Amino acid sequence: MRSILQLRVPEVAGDLNYRSGLKVSDKVEDAPSVVRFKDSQIEMSHGAGGKASRRLVEGLFAPLLLPGNMETLSDAARVEAGGATIAFTADSFVVHPLRFPGGSIGELAVNGTVNDLAVSGARACAMVVTFVLEEGLASSVLEAEVRAMAASLKRAGVKMVGGDTKVVERGKADGMYISTAGIGIPLPGVHVDARTVRPGDKVLLSGPIGDHGITILLARADLELEADLTSDTRPVLPMVEAMAAEAAPGIRWMRDPTRGGVATALNELARDCGLAVEIHEEDIPIHDGVRGACELLGLDPLHIANEGQFLAVVSPEFADIALNALHRLDAGEDACIIGEIRSDPPNTVLVNTRYGGTRIVDMLVGDPLPRIC
Amino acid sequence: MRYVDEFRNPELITKASEEIRRIADPARHYRIMEVCGGHTHAIYRFGLKDILPSNIELIHGPGCPVCVLPMGRIDDGLTIAQEPNRIFAAFGDMMRVPGAKGSPLEHKARGTDVRIVYSPADALEIARKNPEKEVIFFAIGFETTAPSTALTLMSAKAEGIENFSVFCNHVTIVPAIRAILDSPDMRLDGFIGPGHVSTVIGCRPYEWIAKSEGKPVVTSGFEPLDLLQSIVMLLRQLEAGEAKVENQYKRVVPWEGNGAALKAMAEVFELRPYFEWRGLGFISQSALRIREKYAKWDAESRYPVPETRVTDPKSAQCGEVLKGVLKPAQCKLFGKECTPEHPIGALMVSSEGSCAAYYNYEYRKSLVTSITAVA
Repeated sequence: MRSILQLRVPEVAGDLNYRSGLKVSDKVEDAPSVVRFKDSQIEMSHGAGGKASRRLVEGLFAPLLLPGNMETLSDAARVEAGGATIAFTADSFVVHPLRFPGGSIGELAVNGTVNDLAVSGARACAMVVTFVLEEGLASSVLEAEVRAMAASLKRAGVKMVGGDTKVVERGKADGMYISTAGIGIPLPGVHVDARTVRPGDKVLLSGPIGDHGITILLARADLELEADLTSDTRPVLPMVEAMAAEAAPGIRWMRDPTRGGVATALNELARDCGLAVEIHEEDIPIHDGVRGACELLGLDPLHIANEGQFLAVVSPEFADIALNALHRLDAGEDACIIGEIRSDPPNTVLVNTRYGGTRIVDMLVGDPLPRIC
Repeated sequence: MRYVDEFRNPELITKASEEIRRIADPARHYRIMEVCGGHTHAIYRFGLKDILPSNIELIHGPGCPVCVLPMGRIDDGLTIAQEPNRIFAAFGDMMRVPGAKGSPLEHKARGTDVRIVYSPADALEIARKNPEKEVIFFAIGFETTAPSTALTLMSAKAEGIENFSVFCNHVTIVPAIRAILDSPDMRLDGFIGPGHVSTVIGCRPYEWIAKSEGKPVVTSGFEPLDLLQSIVMLLRQLEAGEAKVENQYKRVVPWEGNGAALKAMAEVFELRPYFEWRGLGFISQSALRIREKYAKWDAESRYPVPETRVTDPKSAQCGEVLKGVLKPAQCKLFGKECTPEHPIGALMVSSEGSCAAYYNYEYRKSLVTSITAVA
């Protein structure tokens, strides 16, 4: 459900309903939106962040809830409120197990919200939270998560300004679900929009990919595999701010490659800008533990979720400046340029293998499933 | 990463591809079949087609167990499992494969208890932990996965675990190769032999292909360098006019196979008189069933099996693609009605199927004529 409020509202003049962030249009009834979502039931893949998720958002939610305002998908909406522009996002967290090496659901909830705003070019300033708690959840578990959230809020410099609590019957919520909404103030001079991306622009990646997704997969213990890995959950805002301070005019697009991974984020970019994204496999940093697990399970690291990385498209003249700004931070020392934008083939992500071959990388279809035979 | 990076070394790969160009006769067109779906997947994933000369054509073989499984078997397995208090366990590979009444994941959304397991032993563990439920393991695969199913059944019998059974769809590779060679429209120069299957059965079962059919076979690993080296070995044989079985994957494949695994298989399984292969039709003695002494753990003996038959739409040309007569994109349905998200034919259902591999890694490249080769 995460993406519903992540649809960008194009900058519009006139009356707005500030509370929902949706434009109130007189013309909705004149031109009824077409619901194209034909799947007979909801399956796990509709929440996996790949093609099915996109079909649901674009085919059902957007036409009915965001009529006329669905030109490109992004991580946060921009809303004009009383003459000021704010970025507005919502997110929800249903991770199992609640705690995993390197983090927990509470930490994810804060960092995820801060990151959605950061890659939309905004600094998070206020959040609200909803807890859906399962009957029988140990109070100590809840307290640990609330403490984790408090620490993350402090680290990110964000205020929690309200919330809500619901309790559901035993067996209905995997312990707890957390849902958040956050608003942010746009970073000066940063304007991210896939439609401004041009051939020749560079693709930046903040660090090694796949740590979060593989850590969670292994923590579920179904596979009885172990690796020396921790989730990468962290706020990317300090990195985005450092980059923006020196290279703001060159930043054209950003995204945090969460569910669906780098491949899905770049495919959305390719589609939204109508160009080709060409990446070089050997330039993409991946920890050995992630590579090993992916080789063993038949997964593509490009499809694995991240919670503390971001991708950026930067104009060529600012690419090195942005990269150097990241390299000066401890958190950004692994940042690198992984590819560039080309005009051809349109709407496509192309990977150069290290042997001079090329392959197409598509969005994730469904959930990443281990391949055995 | 050890045992992987050595076989992806770009310099060695460049050398191997130069060697291929040196040996291959530019006036000759080579048609080489890689039997195993894992090879097909690797060829596309690593972009190997781009670094082979154009007169070496790789034909994708029948070695994808998910692809060759008739749709009716999936419906049968899921029909048995949808009764209350039953658990359907299968590999991740199976989860999105559609039966006529939906895939295991769709059944899960409708309420069937569907579990993804990494090995049949995990399914047995689910049975141990849920004594009030009956666990049905939906077994698929060639000789690669059959030994682990056999060992699991032996454990279930030894421990007397009675709430566990196997719906057996194991198939054997050699009859499928024979069926392909018997096909009149098939012209092949040689085979890249299956790697994982050969770790179990060894290389000897392929000798008839060299002796009677006169086609060289090289059993190959799955890394880019393995595949290129196997092509070098095949070309050397073809240029010398030889036909023999060679083993490129010596670091894993013993010539005689794995005796312990073969023994476990012989203990538990026997050959079925015939079995249907999706895209190829009925092939005699091409699949395994569970022996009478394990009947208690055989889902087909234990539960009534509806024996659903689902025919693929006539417009789907899976058989022709499977035999290498047509390229994936030449099928009438490819990329239109039939896509990895909504597969109609067998070869689109698994990422190892040639249509899905072609669609995922190659298809859109071919739509653009101006694409520049990346040297």
